[in-house]
Amino acid sequence: MTTLGDSFLMAWQLTASADGRLAEIVLLSLRVSLSATLIACLIGMPVGALLAVGRFPGRRILIVLFNGLMGLPPVVVGLLVYLLLSRAGPLGSFGLLFSPAAMVVAQAVLVTPIVAALTRQVVADEWTEYREQLRSLGASRARAAATLLWDGRFSLSTAALAGFGRAIAEVGAVMIVGGNIDGVTRVMTTTIALETSKGDLPLALALGFILIVVVLSINAVAYALRGWAERKWG
Amino acid sequence: MGVSAWLSIDGLGLTEGGTCIIDSATLALSAQRSVVLGPNGAGKSTLLRLIHGLLHPSSGRLAWPERLSQAMVFQRPIMLRTTALENVEYGLKLQGHAAPERRRRAAGALARVGLEPIAGRPARLLSGGEQQRVALARAWALEPQLLILDEPTASLDPASSREVERIIGEIAAAGTRILMTTHNLGQARRMADEVVFMDRGRVLEQTAVNDFFSLPQCDAAQRFLKEEMP
Repeated sequence: MTTLGDSFLMAWQLTASADGRLAEIVLLSLRVSLSATLIACLIGMPVGALLAVGRFPGRRILIVLFNGLMGLPPVVVGLLVYLLLSRAGPLGSFGLLFSPAAMVVAQAVLVTPIVAALTRQVVADEWTEYREQLRSLGASRARAAATLLWDGRFSLSTAALAGFGRAIAEVGAVMIVGGNIDGVTRVMTTTIALETSKGDLPLALALGFILIVVVLSINAVAYALRGWAERKWG
Repeated sequence: MGVSAWLSIDGLGLTEGGTCIIDSATLALSAQRSVVLGPNGAGKSTLLRLIHGLLHPSSGRLAWPERLSQAMVFQRPIMLRTTALENVEYGLKLQGHAAPERRRRAAGALARVGLEPIAGRPARLLSGGEQQRVALARAWALEPQLLILDEPTASLDPASSREVERIIGEIAAAGTRILMTTHNLGQARRMADEVVFMDRGRVLEQTAVNDFFSLPQCDAAQRFLKEEMP
């Protein structure tokens, strides 16, 4: 068992030397979580906008549902996706279980309600401000939703970031549907969990640092871009 | 009801949450430039929204002898996060105009309001007066037969107000009917052919602009002029 100081030192050496194994895990994590966030945005943003602007039976129930699903436990999502993708499940024929694709599906399921709920809030605020003008110009509700999504694009980056943060940090869902297979489905969070349980703290710590740095960097870049865009477009 | 009225309003009412906002308004609009006057809370803006179709009346009806295409400009201009030109194009896009046509019409409208040089600038970064002129250009580009304006100069400085008045005058001169509200009595005098006076949700008087200012008929209008006139 190394001391905490030794662990930090070795973690730094692993990171600084751009260790191949480490890089592979980091890149797979980014690929899975960015893909899941993209899918979640493609589904969740239009859904959120329609929930904000639309008027249809069951709308309020859907809003409550999506708000509630923001707190979905990752292990439950993992279990449900596992059942869907397992050989006996309805999507078993695709053979996706224990692959990065399965991890993307699980994270997308986890993140979509977050993106949808946050988008609904952003678009609802814009709708309050723009409603009369857009209706006066003859915009249908669907058209208004599309317009507000584009107009609120800088604010909506927060929804995408929240979704990405949730995806990259979760461990339960990807552990269940990915299986944490070395070189195939092992991502940062599952590796941290595994290496910690084995007592190999340097790799776990190195990945922990990188995870935090990745999340902070992406947020910092998004923050800077949003600031620039708001100064440019008002 | 005058036979030449372009809009007849009969017993129009709006009640929200048990509160009567418009109380059985009846009038016939026939002048080219009509200005709705009245104290705060009189229901002026609500009446305009009912006429424009943004609100649905609880009672009564609006009768349009001839269907008029409409556009509305609001007190606070709403600008999309695009350029001034694209803001003007947006309304034309919703009407289904092809890209070259809407660009040509939008550029023309911006030129008429004197903003052609800043067509490519982000609309939300323009001054309040410029944004209102973009809003006017957006409405004008649609070539409406009726332009409804809800206190279009309420938040503008005197120079911007005069410019907006000039533009509204040009739109009217091009044949568009104008229906607007204002708190500025001088502006009402300059812009109106007729005045509709409202108080507490009721239409109390409708008369030619000179008659209204020289000899208002109802007590509420007399009090309003007495309090508002410098």
